Amino acid sequence: MSAALAQSAPAMAPEQASLLSVEGLCVEFATSRGTLRAVDGVSWSIRPGEILALVGESGCGKSVSALAIMRLLAKPAGRVAGGRIMFEGRDLLALPEGDMREIRGRDIAMIFQEPMTSLNPVLTIGLQIMEPLTIHLGMSEEQARARAVELLGLVGIPDAERRLEQYPHQFSGGMRQRVMIAIGLACNPKLIIADEPTTALDVTIQAQILELMKDLASRLNIALVVITHNLGIVARYADRVAVMYAGRKVEEAEAGALFAAPRHPYSAGLLASVPRLDQPRAARLETIEGLPPNLLHPPTGCRFAPRCPHRAAVCDTDPVPVERDGRYVACHRAEEIAHQAAAPIPPAAPVAGDAPALLTVRGLKKHFRVSTGAMGTQHATIRAVEDVSFTVPKGQTLGIVGESGCGKTTVGRTILRLEEATDGVIDFDGTNITHASRVEMKALRRRIQVIFQDPFSSLNPRMTIGGIIQEALLVHKRVPKAKAARERTAELLVRVGLFAEMAERYPHQLSGGQRQRVGIARALAMEPDFIVCDEPVSALDVSIQGQIINLLDALQRDLGLTYLFIAHDLAVVRHISHRIVVMYLGRVMEMADRDALYASPLHPYTKALLDAAPIPDPVVERARAPRALTGEIPSPLAPPSGCVFHTRCPMASAECRAEVPALREVRPGQFAACIKVSG
Amino acid sequence: MLKYIGTRFALMLPALFGVAVLTFVMLRILPGDVVAARMLAETGQAPPALVAQERERLGLNKPLPAQFLDWMVGMVKGDFGVSMWTNRPISEEIGIRLGLSLQVAVMATLIAVLVAIPLGTLSALFRNSLLDYFVRLITIAGLAVPSFWLGMLMILGLLTLFRWSPPVTYTPFLTDPVGNMAQLIWPALAVGYRYAAVVARMVRSSVIEVLREDYIRTARAKGVFERLVISRHALRNALLPAITVIGLEFAFLIGGLVVTEQVFNLNGIGRLFVEAVARHDFTMIQALVMLTAVLFAIANLAVDICYGIFDPRLRTK
Repeated sequence: MSAALAQSAPAMAPEQASLLSVEGLCVEFATSRGTLRAVDGVSWSIRPGEILALVGESGCGKSVSALAIMRLLAKPAGRVAGGRIMFEGRDLLALPEGDMREIRGRDIAMIFQEPMTSLNPVLTIGLQIMEPLTIHLGMSEEQARARAVELLGLVGIPDAERRLEQYPHQFSGGMRQRVMIAIGLACNPKLIIADEPTTALDVTIQAQILELMKDLASRLNIALVVITHNLGIVARYADRVAVMYAGRKVEEAEAGALFAAPRHPYSAGLLASVPRLDQPRAARLETIEGLPPNLLHPPTGCRFAPRCPHRAAVCDTDPVPVERDGRYVACHRAEEIAHQAAAPIPPAAPVAGDAPALLTVRGLKKHFRVSTGAMGTQHATIRAVEDVSFTVPKGQTLGIVGESGCGKTTVGRTILRLEEATDGVIDFDGTNITHASRVEMKALRRRIQVIFQDPFSSLNPRMTIGGIIQEALLVHKRVPKAKAARERTAELLVRVGLFAEMAERYPHQLSGGQRQRVGIARALAMEPDFIVCDEPVSALDVSIQGQIINLLDALQRDLGLTYLFIAHDLAVVRHISHRIVVMYLGRVMEMADRDALYASPLHPYTKALLDAAPIPDPVVERARAPRALTGEIPSPLAPPSGCVFHTRCPMASAECRAEVPALREVRPGQFAACIKVSG
Repeated sequence: MLKYIGTRFALMLPALFGVAVLTFVMLRILPGDVVAARMLAETGQAPPALVAQERERLGLNKPLPAQFLDWMVGMVKGDFGVSMWTNRPISEEIGIRLGLSLQVAVMATLIAVLVAIPLGTLSALFRNSLLDYFVRLITIAGLAVPSFWLGMLMILGLLTLFRWSPPVTYTPFLTDPVGNMAQLIWPALAVGYRYAAVVARMVRSSVIEVLREDYIRTARAKGVFERLVISRHALRNALLPAITVIGLEFAFLIGGLVVTEQVFNLNGIGRLFVEAVARHDFTMIQALVMLTAVLFAIANLAVDICYGIFDPRLRTK
C-alpha cells in the first residue's frame, strides 16, 4: 500500500527549479564555553507549493536553520559560518540588509511556536496584520484594512471588523496562531516557514490549525516548511520529510517512503516513539534511549551512534551520505537495516483485576470567585470542577484527560490540598482528608507527592540537584543525617535513570527529560504511596516522553505506586492508565477502563480527542475524514447551558442545550454524560 | 478607560486619609511645643501663663479628636489654617514657594526625559559598544554624585570661569523669563543629572529585555523597518517601567530638594519643610506632608493613566 502511495506522489523532479535551497549551511554560536556549531553542513531545498517537514528533537538545529534563512539569528552570538541559501536565484546570505528586509514578510513569512508571546501585547491585531501590507505593498490605510478583514476571514476568525480593533490578550491561543498565519499570508508570500506552529496548542485546536495551513498552502500555492519534533503531526500534510539530528541532516525522503520504511535508525526511532492509537497497546513505549550529544563537543563519526541500536565499529567514522531514488540517508548500515524488520514489542496484558481503593473522590466541586467589575465589586464564579467522582485503586493509574480549562489540574491540586474543595469528599486510604488540619496533612504530604508539568520552572535554579532532593529528605526527616541523605540521593538518582554524580549539577545543566527525572526522584524521596503526575511529559519531545512514561510505569510495578496522571491528550495516557476520566469545562464527559475507552469510546468529545491524535502513517492519515471538531473551547466564565460540549458537538440538538446530562453507566463500567449515546 | 481612572482615583482617597491620620498622631507624640519655642526665639523667655494663653488662641488646648476634625473640615473647605510661627495663612506661605519648586521639578523632568530616553535606548541598542560603556559610566556617576555637591561645583565653576553667579532672587517666569531661567536652570541641571541617570538606566535595561521578546522577532520577520521595530514595537513596551520612575521622581523633587535649595539659595518647598520642622510648626508640617502625599498620589495616578493608555491589558481588566 505504501509503495502505491510513493508512486502516486510527485516524484522528485530535479529539473523543476527549487524555490529555496539551503546548501551546506553551517551556523555557529559563540558561548562562554566555546563555539557551538548548531547546524553543520545541512542542505535541503523546497519547490514552489511543496510542503517540507523538518523534523528532529530539541536542539537539533531545525529552528536555527529557519532563523538563518530569515537572517534573524540572535546577534551577536549566532552567525552563519558557511554555506549558501539560494532563494529565487539570489543568495540570501549575501544580500544587503535592506534587500533582505524586503524579502522578509513579503516573499518569505515565518510563523512561530508561541502564539502567546509572538504578538505585540500593546498594539492592535489590526495594526499588526496591516503592517506588512503598508510596508511591503505600499497599501493605504483603507486598502490594508480591507485586506486585513479578508485575511481574518481566510484564517477563520469571525467578526473580523471588530476583531481588528482588539489586542492579543483578547484572543485565545488558537486564535492568536490564526492571527499569526494571517500575518504570514498578508503579502501572498511564496514560502512560509512554520516553527512548531501547534506545539503550544490544545490537541483539537492543533488539528484545526494544521488543516488550515495545509488547505491555504495548496489553495494559494505557497511552499511550506513545517518544523516539528513530532513526526506524527506531519504524516497527513508533508510531501517530503527531512530528519535532522545534532546539527546534521540524517535522512530525507518523500513522505510516503519515509513513513513506510525509514532507512536511518534515528528516523525509525522517532517514528516508533509517537504513541499510536490505531494499534494495540504495547507492553512498553518505544523510545530512543539516551540524549542528543552536546554540540560543544560533538562525538566523532556518526553522531547518533551512542544511542543507536544498530551501532557497529564502522560507526566511529563519519557516514557518507547516499542519495538514490530521491532519498538521502547518512548511515553506514542503512542498506542492512532496511531489510531487517524491527521486532515489535509484544502487546500488553489486559488491565489487572480489582484492587482496594486508595483514593476516592466523590462529588468534588471547586469554584473560584473572580472579580470582574472596575472596583472589584462584581464577581463571577468559575466552576473549575463540577461534580467529579472517581476511585483510584491501589497500585493502579487513573488518567485524567482534557484540554485547557477542563479542570484537570484543579482536581489534582484539590487532592493535594493546594486548593480547598468547595464541596465533595476526598477520601485517602480510608481517611477523609477533605478538611484535614495542617498537622494531619503534614503526615499525609509525605504519602501524597506530585510531579509538575514544567521541568524548567519547578526546580530551584540556585540549588544543586542533590540539594533539591536532600531538602525533601531532611525536612521530612526521612534520613537521620546529611551523609545518609547524600547516599539516599545517589540511590534515587540511579533509580530514575540518572547518574549519582549529577547531584553536583544545577538544573540548567540538565536537559528537559533529565530534569523531569529529577522531579520524579524528588517525589520518590518521600517513599510516597500516591503521586499526582500533572502533565509530566507535555513539555518534552515525543522521543523523550516515552522514556519518562516507561520509567513511571516501571516504578509503579516495582514500588506498588498509585498514580493520578493528568494529560491533555489521549495518546499519552493510554499507555500508563488503567482507567481514564475525560473532562471538559469542569465536568466529566466519560469514564471507562482504558481498553474499553480506546476500543469503543462513547462520548462525542472522547471521539473527537481520539480523532485529533495524529497517526504517523500517511496512508492511514490521509484516508481519514477531515477533523470533525470545530470551534474554540468556551470561556469557563460563561460555560454553555445544558451539556457544556454542545457548542462544538457534531451530534448536538435542542435537548442538549436544555439540560446538563447526568453521567450514567451506558455499558458495564463505562460511564458517559451524553443523552445521545446508548450501549 | 474613564472607569479605570475613576477606580484609581477612588483608591487614592483612603490612602490620603491614612497619611493625614498618621501625620496628625505622630506630630502630637513628638516632644517640643511651637508656642514656647517661638516665645523663646522672640523674647528669650516663655512664661507659662502667656504660653497657655497663646495655646488657647491657637486651639491647641482642645481635645485631639476635635483638633483633627477642625483640620479635616478646614482642608475640605480649602483652608489649611495659619502657620503657628508666622501667623500667616499656610496656603499663602506655600503658594509663594510652590511655583518655584514646581518649575524646578518640571525643568529637571524635561531634561531627564529628553536626555535619558534616547541615551538609554541607544545604549541598549548598541549594547557593549563604546557608546554603551560611556553611557553606563556617566549614569553610574550620576547616581553616585549628590545633586547639591554638583550644584556647588556649578556655582564655583561659573564664578571662576565667567566671573558670574546666578541671580539669588526669584522672579516668576512670566515677569522676567531670562532672569528666571538664569536662576533656575542650574538647580534643574544639577538635579536633572541624577534623575536622568536613574531613568536612563531603567530605559536601557528595559529596552534590552524587550528586544529579547518574541514579538520583536515577529516584527522583524514581517520585514518591518528596524527604526519602526524600535519605536513602535519595542519602546511602547519598554517605556512603561520608566514612566513609573519618572512619576515618583517628579513628586519627590517638589518637596525633597532640601539641600539643593539651600545651595542655590532657593526659597522652595523643601526649605520651608525644614524650617517648619525646626520650629515645631504643627499646622505647617501637617499641610506640607499632605501636599507631598497629594503630589505623590497624583503622580501615581498619572502613571496609572499612562499605563492604561499604553497597555491595553490593564484597560479591559
